[in-house]
Parts: sequence; C-alpha cells; structure tokens
Amino acid sequence: MSKKRKEAINWYKKDLLGLGDLKKEEIEILLQTAASFKEVTTRQIKKVPALRGKTIVNLFYEPSTRTRVSFEVAAKRLSADVINIAAEYSSVRKNETLNDTGRNIEALKADIIVVRHNAAGAAAMLSRHLNIGVVNAGDGWHEHPTQALLDLFTLVEKRGKIEGLTVTIVGDIAHSRVARSNIWGLTKLGAKVIVCAPAMLIPAEIEKMGVSVTSNIDKALSQSDAVNVLRMQFERDENTAFPQKLDYFKNYGITQERIEKTNKNIIVMHPGPINRGIEISSEVADGPNSVILDQVTNGIAVRMAVLYLVSGARKR
Amino acid sequence: MKTLIKNAKVVRAGTGRSRKEDILIEAGKIIDIATAINPEGIDKIIDAAGKIVLPMLIDMHVHLREPGREDKEEIKTGTRAALAGGIGSVLAMPNTEPAIDSRETVKYLKRKIKQEAFVDVFLSAAITKGRKGKELGDIERLAKEGIKAITDDGDSVDNSQLMLEALKQAKKNNITVICHSEDKTLSKRGVLNLGFSSTCLGLRGIPKSAEFMRVARDIKLAKKADAKIHIAHVSCKESIEIIAKAKKKGVQVTAETAPHYFSLSEKDLWSFDTNKKINPPLRNQEDILAIKQALADGVIDVIASDHAPHTENEKDIEFQRAEFGTIGLETELSVAFTELIKKKFLSWQSLLDKFITNPAEILEIKKKSIKVGADADLIIFNPDKEWVVSKENFYSKSKNSCFLGRKLQGKIEKVFHKGKQF
Repeated sequence: MSKKRKEAINWYKKDLLGLGDLKKEEIEILLQTAASFKEVTTRQIKKVPALRGKTIVNLFYEPSTRTRVSFEVAAKRLSADVINIAAEYSSVRKNETLNDTGRNIEALKADIIVVRHNAAGAAAMLSRHLNIGVVNAGDGWHEHPTQALLDLFTLVEKRGKIEGLTVTIVGDIAHSRVARSNIWGLTKLGAKVIVCAPAMLIPAEIEKMGVSVTSNIDKALSQSDAVNVLRMQFERDENTAFPQKLDYFKNYGITQERIEKTNKNIIVMHPGPINRGIEISSEVADGPNSVILDQVTNGIAVRMAVLYLVSGARKR
Repeated sequence: MKTLIKNAKVVRAGTGRSRKEDILIEAGKIIDIATAINPEGIDKIIDAAGKIVLPMLIDMHVHLREPGREDKEEIKTGTRAALAGGIGSVLAMPNTEPAIDSRETVKYLKRKIKQEAFVDVFLSAAITKGRKGKELGDIERLAKEGIKAITDDGDSVDNSQLMLEALKQAKKNNITVICHSEDKTLSKRGVLNLGFSSTCLGLRGIPKSAEFMRVARDIKLAKKADAKIHIAHVSCKESIEIIAKAKKKGVQVTAETAPHYFSLSEKDLWSFDTNKKINPPLRNQEDILAIKQALADGVIDVIASDHAPHTENEKDIEFQRAEFGTIGLETELSVAFTELIKKKFLSWQSLLDKFITNPAEILEIKKKSIKVGADADLIIFNPDKEWVVSKENFYSKSKNSCFLGRKLQGKIEKVFHKGKQF
C-alpha cells in the first residue's frame, strides 16, 4: 500500500471521463494501483478503510448488472458508503435534468458520482457542473473507461505488458464505447489494434485513431495476441444499421474452429453481456482461451483503483 | 451639439478610398469630412488616432425570434445586440412561431420594429405556408408588404417542384430566395460533422453531402427558373466548388458564410461544448481554408452571423438533445478582423463588400455610407485591442456563443447611430 500512496500523490484528476483524455503515464498509474488492490481482493479480509466516510452514488440511466455491481463491490471494499440510483425509479421520471440531478446529489454531500447514461458526453457535462468527482461508467457510444482499464489489466496479467501486443476488436465498433476506450488505451500503451467488422459497423475515419481496419476476421485473428469480442448492440440503432444475425455469426463469429485454424494461444475477451451464437460460440466463451470471467474479477480491482485515485485527487 | 472625430482612418466599402480624415457630426448627420477640421467651437472631440472608422454593417441572417420565442430573443434585445456589434441593418429570419408567412404577421412585426428596434430591421418570409414544405406561401402579397427575401431557413424545401414554383414566383416579384440547403434524409439525427470527431465522440455525424447535394439541386432549379438564389451558411469545400462553377456559367447565385465556419472546426467540439453545436456543423481545417479562399476569390459574397439565440435550458443539456446554433451579432466583426484581415485573406475594403455592398445589392436595401449629408451611422474600431469573449458583456437575451472564452483581436469602441453614441 505504501507504493500506491506514493503514486496517488501524482494523481490530479477528480474525474475519470475517458481514456481519450488520459496520458500514457496516467493509465499506467491506474493499472499499477489496480494491481495493489487486486492483492487486497485475495486476502481473507477483503476490505480496506481507504474511503471510509466517503459516499459514492451510482447514478445509472441505462440498465446494467455487471458494471453497477462491480462499482458497488469496489466501493464497499474501500469502506465507502454506496447509494444506487436507477433512473427509472427516480425523479428523472419527473423530467429532472441530468445537471439538476447531479447538483442535488452534490448537495447531499456525496463525494463521487459514478454515472452511466445513454448520451455521449453526459459524464463530461456533469463534471463541468459539479465540484465532486465524476466517474464515467459508460456514456452513449463514447467511452467506457473502466471497462477498457480492466481489459488492459487482464492483458497485462496474462501477457506481462501491453506494448508490442496486437489486439483485434471485432464486432459492433460503430455503437461501442468499449471499442473506443480500448482503442485509446491500447494505442497509448503501444499495442497494435485491428478493428474488424462489416463496413456498416465501421465508423468514419476510424483509422485516424491509429488502428487498422479489416473485414477479414481469420486474417485478423492470425495476427493477434488477443481478441476483444463485442456484442451487437441492437438496442442502440435502427435494424438497418446492423447485419443479419446468422450472416454475422457465419462471417465474424468467434468459433472454436476459427481459433484452432488461426491462433491457438489467442486470448479471448468479451465485455459482456454475451450473446451466445451471435458474436461468439459457447464453446469459445467457456473454453480455455476465454478470460471473460477474469475480466469481471479484475473489474473490481480496477474500479477500486479509480475510486481511490479520483477521491484523493490533488489540486494543481 | 457638434461632435468631431479626429485622425481616424476612414474605410469605405467597394472602391471607396480609405484615408485619414476628420468627421464632423451634428444632429445625427455627417456635416463635414476633411483632412483637418478646425476644432474651434466644437462641443465634443474624439481623438480616433490609430482607430478605424467604418460604416455600420448589414447582417442578412439573424434570428430575432419574434413572434413566439421571446424567451430566446426579442426585437428589442436582438437589435440592441446588433448595435453593439456594429450592425446597422438586419434581415430577420421567418422561422418564428408562427412562421412569418402572412400579411398579418408582417404588419404586426413592422409595427413592433418601429416601436422597439435599435437598428433597421428588414423581414424575410417563409417560402411555404407555416414552413411546412407543403404549400407555397402568398409570395406576391408578401412582396408587396416589403419583405426582402423568402426562405424556409431551418429547413430546405424538399419538394423540388414546389421549390421551382417558389423560384419562379420570386423572380416575378423580384425578390431573392435564400436557401437553407440541407437534405435531411442524409443529415438525419446527426449532431456534428461526420468524420474523425463524430467517431471519437460517439455521436451521429452529418455528412457534407447533406449540404452540397442540396446546394447543387437548388442551383439547378434556380438556373431553370432563371431566378436569383442565395445559398445561406456555406460550410464546406464541396459546396464552394459547386457554387464557383455555377457562377462561371452565369447562374444568378450568391453565397454566404458565417464567422464560425472560418474560425472553428469539428475539433473544437471535443469538450462536448453545445454552444458549438451548429447546423450546418463545424467542419475541418481544409474547409476553413477553402472558405477563406472563397471569400478572397469572391465565390462567397456575404458574411452573416446566423445569429441563433437559444435559452440555457435548451443548450446546457446532453449534446445530442441540445438545440443547434450560436449567437453571433456581437462578435462577427472582431472574428472577421482576426481571421480574415489579420491573416491577410481580405483587405478592409473587401471585408466591407462582404458585410455591406453585397448584402445590400442582394436584398436591394440601402447601405450606410460615410459621406457628407448621410446619417452618422458609423463604428469606431480599435484594431489593437485584444479581448476575451464572455457572457457578461452580451446584449443578446441568450448567451450561447460558440466564441465564449476565445481571444479576439480588434474591438468596437464606439457606435454612432441615429444621432446617438453607444
């Protein structure tokens, strides 16, 4: 823990909005801090008093199980008090604006808001209006920084470091905040990123983010150390924005056959929830290449690190 | 009471000379202009050494929001903002609630303008009834009421046959059609330029084709009807190329851009600043350069603000839900000076063509000029003053400026208008 405290001294951001506006060094601090918290989660007593007396509000405007529970567990392991607000049961139903909801939570003397919202930029907007910390738990198609951090953390755990790795992100790139955060994080840490999808799911000028684009999944897999498989987010757009489910599985689905044909050692990741038989076969999801449940476990350590660092952010 | 402005560099539009002169004003009129006027017996002397004196400008794209949206802007506040920005004449857009599409509304507005406006307000009327794009408005009758142009600004007339009819009617009544050229089947639900920024921000993009394909159609229809059209708020290189070609072929097309299109790009949206959410959207460096070049070459004839006031409740929300538009009356001269004159794309004279001569010609309205016997409607501009745009200084009822926080060069120091000094 003493090493971690020293690093915390160099943390200046009260918010975590995305990996797009973090420096390489900042991402490294987050991952190192997460590593020390991972150790905590393996102890008999998994709780540390780091955030005792702090209040964390999970403000979720979109349905979520994994991320919300993960943030809640992370906060509790840090001894913070946690309040969960799900938009469908709150005054949002009475047309309260996001800014007003945020200001009220601040007035209730919460210390950090963890926000998930279907509008890109929602977390950024809240952070402009509030003095308390804002952690982005996913904003529209924009970013999902803690998901990308736990993906990076899992890769480091399995392969030692990110630099020099090649990672394919396959699937619904267009509607994916996970893809965007992963691209920022991976490229900043020196990985090569391939995005693979049918043309309709590749957003404009994505090469400028420093990735290469292909529609050939077999070729991409053969070059990759890891593949991050995205869910088709049918709920985010009109039907015409997506390929047919069966066609997609045939051409892009991650199957055991594809893995054996191309790269037997490849790490298979998925941010969840999994749509078995649409983007990934059950055999792969539950098989030896899959680290999907490790990702979930690591999510707790990563979110502990994020909450710990932003709550201790220093003013410049 | 006599006021003497001494040692000013006086700039005139078009071929007018610019040189150091003294200007003597009495009872709101310019009574003398000479290289050195004897200050004896004069009540007030303003030393304008190092300053520039300009006639007041025309802004042919202003949303005054009356009638119906007085929460955003009123004739009173909008024209006060115009005055502060050195604008002596505005063309009010008809996308009000109700739309300006009837004699009654025009008459009501004329009365209100007479009572409340700080500067000259000219009216445009909707092309189609209620701006619904279904049925042609009574263009002949409205033209008789003195409207200066017709436009469904905010929307394009999607029905090409109807647009052609409108152009023919406009020609018959000798008024200009102002085109908001946008194909909404292409821009649908987009909130910023389609490209790198929309991808990184995870927001729906508006392709340039939504603009330039409609520009091409509008020009073709104008050619067919042999009518005059004016393309509003040109934002991208492709539109400019189409307009340039049409001009060469002799189509009666004029074009306009707004200061934000030659000073800001999609990159400026990375903070999700909704004040920079504008339609058409901010584009890229290559478009900015193309616009500056087109202003210099004369392909773009007019600079107008597209002053689009919105309340904080409509702007300070999630990006995808926020209204499109920026206010601009109070910043346009300084932005143009900073980006076009300081960077040597335009001279003062040619800038005044964009702000005075050309819009006056298109709308067939009187322009303000600095000559003996004319109204003393003029601006004293300090080219050396730097300032930062801030909410507190706006006269506009709304504060949604895309230039908030931006440092500009050159500031209006005084405005003389109808015998008063502001």
